[in-house]
Amino acid sequence: MTVQLSEVAEGDRLPELSIPVTRADLVRYAGASGDFNPLHWNERFAVDVGLPDVIAHGMLTMALAGRLVTEWTGDPGAILHYGARFTRPVVVPDDGAGARVEVSGKVAAKNADGTVKVSITARSGGQGVLGGASATVRLPG
Amino acid sequence: MPLDQSFIGREYPPTRPYEVGREKIREFAEAIRDDSALYRDIEAAKAAGYPDVIAPPTFAVLLSMSAQETIVEDAQLGLDYSRVVHGQQDFTHHRPIRAGDELVTVVHVDDIRARAGNDFLTVRVEIGTAGGEAVCTATSMLVARGTAEEEQT
Repeated sequence: MTVQLSEVAEGDRLPELSIPVTRADLVRYAGASGDFNPLHWNERFAVDVGLPDVIAHGMLTMALAGRLVTEWTGDPGAILHYGARFTRPVVVPDDGAGARVEVSGKVAAKNADGTVKVSITARSGGQGVLGGASATVRLPG
Repeated sequence: MPLDQSFIGREYPPTRPYEVGREKIREFAEAIRDDSALYRDIEAAKAAGYPDVIAPPTFAVLLSMSAQETIVEDAQLGLDYSRVVHGQQDFTHHRPIRAGDELVTVVHVDDIRARAGNDFLTVRVEIGTAGGEAVCTATSMLVARGTAEEEQT
């Protein structure tokens, strides 16, 4: 399923995602991305540097939030630009449940060049974890 | 000591080529639990107009992070990586990264500024094929916490 440009209007909300993040997910992402910073798997290290617990990779949070757009467009290759600031860490406790990242977004603009800008909000534990996150996509039609 | 601003504009030599593999793309897609068929199924990718399976939009981080090591290892710049946090990330895709790509990266230091005792380093990684086709521009803002504080005597 691919969303068409003609079906999209400014202000449209994208289907929201609620994504669980466990310690196992952090380990899997560390291996896949090659980012083995101990902040993302070693509680002793994380607490030593002043964090409440192990935190998710900012890039994992960004990748999970990006699924809002890839799942909406149906074509991940339609994303021309994707950017975000890392404003707060996603804290992932070792309690069997982990954390949850809530992702929402809306069509912020239909640009003159035929591209569409989507603004993205990602929250965890009731607080925003990404700032100014947005993606620009080129849709068919 | 704040970072030396004369490094602004510096460009590092290209990294050795990175060959994008189908299984690495699949592994990355599993890790972010994005189940698009275009990452996994060559026929689905071809039907969508791509010559091979494509990579998720943030896959380029594999290349940009390893390219940034060039900067971290530059003793002249003297970045204390243990104090570095990732402040911001932007990817501009000139086309999707896909399996079979042989990618080289060139790292540029776009900006260095000190604010409130922290150093803000903007690093741009230009990712292209060994043949010279531009594929992705990955820009990272790195924050070195406390490194720009005046030394106490």
